[in-house]
Amino acid sequence: MRRLLLFVPVVLAVVLGVVLFAGIGKDPSHLESALIGKPVPAFSLAQLQNPDQQFDNRIFKGKVQLLNVWATWCPTCRAEHGMLLKLARQHGVPIIGLDYKDKRQDALAWIDELGNPYELILSDPEGKFGFDLGVYGAPETYVIDRDGIVRYRHVGEVTPRVWQETLEPMIQKYREAG
Amino acid sequence: MVRSLILVVLLACTHYASATVNDVYPFDSAADRERFQTLTEELRCPKCQNQDIADSAAPIASDMRDEVYRMVRAGEDNEAIINSLVARFGEFVRYKPRVEKRTLILWATPVLVILIGVLMIAVMVIRSRRNSEQATALTPEQRERAEKLLQEQDAR
Repeated sequence: MRRLLLFVPVVLAVVLGVVLFAGIGKDPSHLESALIGKPVPAFSLAQLQNPDQQFDNRIFKGKVQLLNVWATWCPTCRAEHGMLLKLARQHGVPIIGLDYKDKRQDALAWIDELGNPYELILSDPEGKFGFDLGVYGAPETYVIDRDGIVRYRHVGEVTPRVWQETLEPMIQKYREAG
Repeated sequence: MVRSLILVVLLACTHYASATVNDVYPFDSAADRERFQTLTEELRCPKCQNQDIADSAAPIASDMRDEVYRMVRAGEDNEAIINSLVARFGEFVRYKPRVEKRTLILWATPVLVILIGVLMIAVMVIRSRRNSEQATALTPEQRERAEKLLQEQDAR
């Protein structure tokens, strides 16, 4: 019994080691969205190219889509733009753009220059919808299922790896689930 | 002399800094201002993760401050204000995690550790007391034997 007690520190050290080891490599700046499993918050926003045209939550009904939050002041958004074009044109992924806290003229110029991967671009100049959505840094990319429920959020650049390992399987899963 | 001059300048600056914060968020009552201060210090910025939103210069922290300000002015209670931000940004923004199943171990650990410590001390004390009693107290037979041995030694 005495002998066994001597092993207590070793056991504690091993347990602590396992717990700490599990944390290695996790990026604490990637937070899970608080809206996972919840519907996209209510909004009514104008289309970027056509400010008279208003859209609301109904655009998220009927098919699995990506919602990409971007802005012209965001360097990483420029970096991922090519990937978004590829997803839209080669993989046929429907992407809704949310132009977040941006100037309309700048955004239009950006689309002209770099191309438009989005089926629809919503303009959120004050970032009100972004705030309700819990956006804390562009770019962010959300997977929204056909019932308008938020299923996943990726914070940061959509790289080929993020697409292959996370977003594509996720989209596939919710397409089949419908 | 130079030192005291620097001190005066620095103090003047801090006063200026705190004055501007109050100017940006004017309140009707001191109670509301204090509530705003406490709330913004209890909420964590999702972008600059080790800063509270009162302290952070990130745009998102400023949006969160504005929302807290709006809700304090509207007379919402602290619980409602914190909940509305948690609903958007997740439990992460609470510096003080809510007591629930997932965080129970977090809250219980200090109590458990103290209890274990007290238990260990109690066991040590009881054990050493018992040992010392056993060591000093001789049974009548032992006493008899000891006396006999001592007598034999004296006789020699």
